Amino acid sequence: MHTAIRISALAFALAFPAVEALAQQSPTLDGIRARGHVVCGVTTGVAGFSNPDSQGIWRGLDADGCRTVAAAIFGDANRVRFVPTTSQNRFPALQSGEVDLLYRNTTWTLGREASLGFQFAGINFYDGQAFMVKRTLGVKSAKELDGATVCVQPGTTTELNLADYFRTNRMTFRPVVIENLEELRAAFIAGRCDVYTSDASVLASFRFTQGPNAELYVMLPEIISKEPLGPVVRKGDQRFFDIVRWALFAQIAAEELGVTSANVDQMLTSQSPEIQRLLGVTGGFGQMMGLDNRWAYNIIKQVGNFAEMWERNITPMGVPRGINALWTQGGLMYAPPIR
Amino acid sequence: MQRPTAADPRDLRAPPRRGFALSWRDPTVRAVFWQIVILGLVGAGIWWLVDNTMRNLEMRKIATGFRFLEREAGLPIGESLIPYSPADTYFRALTVGVLNTLRVAIVGAILATVLGTVVGIARLSKNWLVAKCAAVYVEVLRDLPLLLQLLFWYALLQGLPGPRQALNPFGSVYLSNRGIKFPWIEWQEAHSAALLAFVVGLIAVWGLGRLFVARQMATGVRPRLWPWAILLLVALPAGVWWAMGAPFTVDRPVLRGFNFRGGGTLTPEFAALLFGLILYTAAFIAEIVRAGILAVHQGQWEAAGALGLTRGQQLRLVVLPQALRVIVPPLTSQYLNITKNSSLAVAIGYQDIVSIANTTINQTGQAIEGIAIIMLVYLTISLTISLFMNWFNARIALKER
Repeated sequence: MHTAIRISALAFALAFPAVEALAQQSPTLDGIRARGHVVCGVTTGVAGFSNPDSQGIWRGLDADGCRTVAAAIFGDANRVRFVPTTSQNRFPALQSGEVDLLYRNTTWTLGREASLGFQFAGINFYDGQAFMVKRTLGVKSAKELDGATVCVQPGTTTELNLADYFRTNRMTFRPVVIENLEELRAAFIAGRCDVYTSDASVLASFRFTQGPNAELYVMLPEIISKEPLGPVVRKGDQRFFDIVRWALFAQIAAEELGVTSANVDQMLTSQSPEIQRLLGVTGGFGQMMGLDNRWAYNIIKQVGNFAEMWERNITPMGVPRGINALWTQGGLMYAPPIR
Repeated sequence: MQRPTAADPRDLRAPPRRGFALSWRDPTVRAVFWQIVILGLVGAGIWWLVDNTMRNLEMRKIATGFRFLEREAGLPIGESLIPYSPADTYFRALTVGVLNTLRVAIVGAILATVLGTVVGIARLSKNWLVAKCAAVYVEVLRDLPLLLQLLFWYALLQGLPGPRQALNPFGSVYLSNRGIKFPWIEWQEAHSAALLAFVVGLIAVWGLGRLFVARQMATGVRPRLWPWAILLLVALPAGVWWAMGAPFTVDRPVLRGFNFRGGGTLTPEFAALLFGLILYTAAFIAEIVRAGILAVHQGQWEAAGALGLTRGQQLRLVVLPQALRVIVPPLTSQYLNITKNSSLAVAIGYQDIVSIANTTINQTGQAIEGIAIIMLVYLTISLTISLFMNWFNARIALKER
C-alpha cells in the first residue's frame, strides 16, 4: 500500500515539472543545502546495516554511510533524515526525489543502471546470496533443497537469483513472496517455508536478532550469487555522485593510511603527502567538489574510517571481514588515489 | 391563471423565428463557445502532463514503453492456474497475476453471496439464538478492518503444524502450515471433454425449458423437463467420458522430502485471503439481503398464501423476485468491493496482479506502465461486473407497461 502511494508520488513528480532545477549544476546538492539535511533511504530494519536502536537512532553500516555524506556536505554527520523503505518502494522513492540517495543493501546490477536511471556510487559491502534453514530440517547443502518452500522478498535480485539457481540445478521450489520483512520472517519462523533466502549479511543479521534462538537456524554453505551492495543516486547529477562516491573512498583510504577518528587531529600535522591530501591540508580537492577542504577530515573525525565503521556495526553480528578486507589484506576494498 | 382558449389569436400566430446569428448575444453560440474552451483547456492540461512526464522520464534516463512485457521475467510465482516458469515473459507473469485475482474474486463473490444470503435470512429468523448469532456475526465482521482479518487468518493458518506432523482429519486430506492437501483426480482430455459436454447439456436444458414453457402457454400442458435434464446433464457427460476410455486415477498427496507431492492444494495465502474476503463481504451482503426481504410488503406473503401457494412457492415466485430488485444494485457494489479488496493480497503474500505488477515495476523500473496495467485490469474487471449486473438488474426489474 505504501508502495502504491510512493509510486503515485513518483507519477506526480514526473508529471509536474522540476525542469528548471535539473538544468542547474547539482539540484540534489542545492536541495540538501537549502533543506539543511540529507534525506537518506534505508531499510525498514536490518541489524548491522540500518536499524533503529532503543533510542530511535539509526545504527549500522548503511546508516553510517548516510552520515558520511552529511559530514562531507555540512561538516556535521548528524544532519541526516532517515527514510525507511521496503524492497519494493525504494526505487520509486529515489526516482521521485523523495530521498537524495539510497544506502540500503542495494545490489549493483547493469539493469538498474541502464533502465532505472540510477548510478551506483560504490560498494560498501561485498555480499552474496545464501540460504538459511532450521537446524531440525537436517539439510547440509543447498543441493538438497529440491521441492522446498522458499521465503523471499519480492522486487529483489535475490528473487531472480533464486529462480536461476533452482533452474540451473534442475530442482523445483515453491516461493512464498511477502514484501514486509517482518511478515516474511514471521512466516519463516512459523514454518510456512523451509528456507529463507537473502544476502548472507541479511541472514546473519536475522540470526543475530533472534538472540537465544539463533542456534535454531543454520546457514547453508553455498553462496549462489555476487551481491555488491552500495549507495545509489539518480543519474545526471555528477557533483552529488562524486561526493557520495568519494565519501566512501575517503574512509577506505583512511583505513589504508591508518587514519582513525582517534588520531585524525594528530594526522593533520603528518608529513605524508597522501594523508595531507586526504585531510585537505594540501591539494584543495574539497573545493573542487564544491565542499569544504576538510570534508574527509569531518567524515573520519565524526564517523570514523571503514574499519571503525565495520567493527562498530558488523563485528558484533559475528560476520568475518572476509572479502570485505582491504586489498592489502587480501580483500576487495580498494580506493583510487586521492590526488 | 386563466388558460387561453383555442380561439385565442395569440396562439394562431407562429412564434418568432430565431435565425442563426453568430452573435455573442445568442445563448447557443455562447454555450458552444464555453464548451469548446473548457474541452480545449482539459485537452491542453492532459497534453501538458503527458508531455512533461515523457520529457522528465527521458531526462532521468528512465526507460519507457511496453517492450519490457516481452522480456524474460525471472520471477518465481507460487501458485498459477496456467503453466508458468521464471523463464517466461513479464506478459505471462502478469497474466498469471490477473488469473489469480480473478480466481479469488470469482470464488469469493460466489461463496460470499451464499454465506451472506444464509446469514441475512438467519438474522430474520424467528429463532432467537439463530437471529442473535447472525447479528453478532454481522456486527463484528463488518466493523473490523479487512487487512487485520487477513493477517489474523494468515497467522492462524501458519500456526498449523509442519508437513511432517500434518493433521490428518480423514482419508488423504492433510492440514499443515503448507496448506490444505486433498486427493484430486489426474486431469485428462476425457475430463475436459466431459466438462464441455456438461456445458452443452446445460445450454440444451435451458433451451428446452423455454420451449416447454411456450408449449404450456399454447396447449396448457407442460411436458416433463427432468428426464431430459438427467439425460443431458448426467448421461451425456458420463457417456463422453466413457467413450474416451473412462480414465480415473486419483492423485493422492504423499509426504516426500520437505513437503507433500501430488494431490490438490489450497495454499495458506489463498485460503487466508479467500476466508477473509468471504467472511468480511458476507457480513455486508447479509444486511443487503435482509433489507431486500424486509422491503417486500407483508401483504405480498399473505396474498400469495391466499392464492394457495406453498411457503416455498411464495418465497420463490412472489417475494424473491421483488426482493431481488432491491438487492441487486447494492450487491453489484459488493462484488466490485471484493474484487478491489483482493489487492490486499500483497500483505499476506498471495501473488495477485498487484503483487506481480509491483515486482515487475521494481525489476524494470517502469512505474507508470506498471500502474497503468493495474488500473486497466481492475477497470476491465469492474466494468464487466457492472455491465453484467446491470443487464441482470434490467432483466429482473419491474416490467411496467
